[in-house]
Amino acid sequence: MQEAVIKRAKELLADGSVNRVVGWKAGEFAYDTTPAVFTSAEELDAGFIYNDFCAPNLSKYIIKESRKEGKLLVFLKPCDTYSFNQLVKEHRIIRENVYIIAVPCTGKVDVDTVKSKGIKGITGMTSDGENVTITTLYGEKTMPKSETLGDKCRTCKSKKHVIFDEIIGDDGEVNTDGARFELVEKLEMMTPDERYDFWRNELSKCIRCNACRNVCPACTCESCVFDNPNSGIQQRAATDSFEENMFHLIRSFHVAGRCTDCGECTRVCPQNIPLHLINRKYIKDINEFYGDYQAGSDLETRAPLNDYTFDDCEPSIVYKRGGNE
Amino acid sequence: MQVNETKEFRPKIVAFCCNWCSYAGADLAGTNRLNYPADVKIIRVPCSCRVNPMFILRAFQRGADGVIMCGCHPGDCHYTSGNYFARRRMTLLFSMLDFMGIERERTRVEWVSAAEGAKFAATMNEFVETVTKLGENKRLEDLRCKKQ
Amino acid sequence: MFRLPADKLNEFFAAIASAQSLYIPVDGDDGRASYKKWTEGTALSKALNTVRSAKDFFFPQTTDICDFNMNGKNIEIIDNRTESEDFVIFGVRACDARSFTILDKVFLAEPIDTYYATRREHGTVITMACTEPEENCFCGVFGIDAAAPEGDAACWMTEDSLYIKANTEKGEKFIESIKSMLEECDSSAVDAQKAKTKEILEKLPFANVSTDYFRKNTLLDIFGSEHWKKLSESCLGCGTCTFVCPTCQCYDIKDYDTGHGIKRYRTWDSCMYSDFTRMAHGNSRNSQVERFRQRFMHKLVYFPDNNNGEFGCVGCGRCLSRCPISMNIIKVIKTFGEE
Repeated sequence: MQEAVIKRAKELLADGSVNRVVGWKAGEFAYDTTPAVFTSAEELDAGFIYNDFCAPNLSKYIIKESRKEGKLLVFLKPCDTYSFNQLVKEHRIIRENVYIIAVPCTGKVDVDTVKSKGIKGITGMTSDGENVTITTLYGEKTMPKSETLGDKCRTCKSKKHVIFDEIIGDDGEVNTDGARFELVEKLEMMTPDERYDFWRNELSKCIRCNACRNVCPACTCESCVFDNPNSGIQQRAATDSFEENMFHLIRSFHVAGRCTDCGECTRVCPQNIPLHLINRKYIKDINEFYGDYQAGSDLETRAPLNDYTFDDCEPSIVYKRGGNE
Repeated sequence: MQVNETKEFRPKIVAFCCNWCSYAGADLAGTNRLNYPADVKIIRVPCSCRVNPMFILRAFQRGADGVIMCGCHPGDCHYTSGNYFARRRMTLLFSMLDFMGIERERTRVEWVSAAEGAKFAATMNEFVETVTKLGENKRLEDLRCKKQ
Repeated sequence: MFRLPADKLNEFFAAIASAQSLYIPVDGDDGRASYKKWTEGTALSKALNTVRSAKDFFFPQTTDICDFNMNGKNIEIIDNRTESEDFVIFGVRACDARSFTILDKVFLAEPIDTYYATRREHGTVITMACTEPEENCFCGVFGIDAAAPEGDAACWMTEDSLYIKANTEKGEKFIESIKSMLEECDSSAVDAQKAKTKEILEKLPFANVSTDYFRKNTLLDIFGSEHWKKLSESCLGCGTCTFVCPTCQCYDIKDYDTGHGIKRYRTWDSCMYSDFTRMAHGNSRNSQVERFRQRFMHKLVYFPDNNNGEFGCVGCGRCLSRCPISMNIIKVIKTFGEE
């Protein structure tokens, strides 16, 4: 796969259709890939990779990149294409300046998941698509790839690319089994006290590093309300439990209906807070209240919060539905 | 914190009322001399659609025990569609607050027209009673804002 | 050197906790370690290190500074500092122990930061030697010996025993207070462990990373380098690296209006943020390249320039494992080093 991707990138650079390539750059170990811009065939040979460890979503980088001189080439995984589409829809990406090559994805290995299995000192990892071989300072281990996936990939919403100019490999299918809502449902079935304890336990870990916000392809405000000294809620840190709640409530509400469920927030959280559950709750509610909606799946439909029907359910539906009293 | 044990709990209620219907409804309740508890503090907004989810959270932060939003009946919005958007917004927000384990009875939306002074008073009476039963807001409080 | 049978560890903790608060690394339900107050039944984590650094104990994420009460035209200033309790942090790794030395240079230099100084006086740091360093570790690059950590007293854990040795007066006093549980011994077991750990340390992927470039080149050459633009390209501008870093010490002082008064507090700040060092005239660093450069220049150039060549990094590897896009100090050092 990687050879095919590099070959195509070189061709497009050589014939002048694009002047730079946005992709993933190899790091010190197999797993620490960094998004990067490549401008020459030499740079591509030196560092470009595409494999089972390229988890970062590149879509957000294109906002800035697409405003620069010349056309760029970007490689997008299925879930990245949803984010990309959503950003085009919100006029954040200048589509004409971007040439998209869709690349298939079978789930990305998450090093924290691997480490959580008690594997220490990982100096290298290779994946053949079925199994992941891990070289560590203390020996070599192999485990099925399915066990190494992060939250982001364990319940993949779609393997279908929704926007691209050309595709390498075969396109996949949208996953409709609803498995991604299982944890949300489990929480809904708890009592309010249990839910409160669950979220207090999780959100009290928050260190307000803003990684979730800054990585989120839906968080693209030029200046965030939490950075605005005049907003009255500019916070450097969560000095009170209320602020922990408020930051995540407001942030998730702001992306409600626009969140494509790419799972980057949870992937990057240094404190391992399952932030995607908050976003998935909104997605699940939107689906239940206003009909199925997948942000980023097309360029035409109105976002659920920018839309209404005369016979929408009343807010009192919340008192009547699901969960224990 | 000093708590006066003998004093009975009186909830603080914030009511966001749209200028065109609900605020006029509250006015009518007043001119008709209908009783509703003084615990309800009304904040007038141009339209229910003006209510940002942040307003609701800030009310709780600053010590509210319950927050109610009132607007024109669906279809009667002064700005044609404001309350339809507000309806979706509040539905999702309340559902999320519930998901986080915040007591779901602390938040409410009621549609009150300018002619419904009686409904306004009845709604407020009922809401105050509900929140009184729930007691002090502990789950969405900001300790710094509590008076020592 | 003193020895404690490993099966007496719980009693050892209980004895310490009976006199003062004891904090040890504990595994969370997600398997990630963090410092928790020891109570009966709390088990010591086997993880190499905590996700958050130990700087929280002396330089917490937020510190209340004072309250202002407004009464008509009078402003009453209330110092709400409470007497700090004595506490022991057990199981600090060599990297974090060194980070306290670095923080001391900042906070205990004139004018002394009394909030930090008070905590430092009340805290006793008991370190734990590493036996299984991980791939992200590079404390050796900064002259730290993971097998013989600093701190008030250092510990070594073997299969059957805990060995402890005082490094400072405070450490000696600490050992004195629990001496009845310990037995004196020689250092042969510890020496054997040290030798074994040293072998692993030498094999670590970053064991030979060189920081020479930052010593040989001038501040302006490094500052003006072409590398910064390329390196910072992928930086998201979040504060993860600074907040998990044991030596990052920048903070902001903010006022919070409670509706009936003002609370003044200080909180960690991050040079990666767009509003870092925003002043009345605006911001001195307006692009992410400048902000990114600031962080690494501070650690690798400015700090050593002001502190007899000591780098502002301890090689704990937290930023390596936590950066959302895996851009980190090692990649910066290596990029410059290859020049």
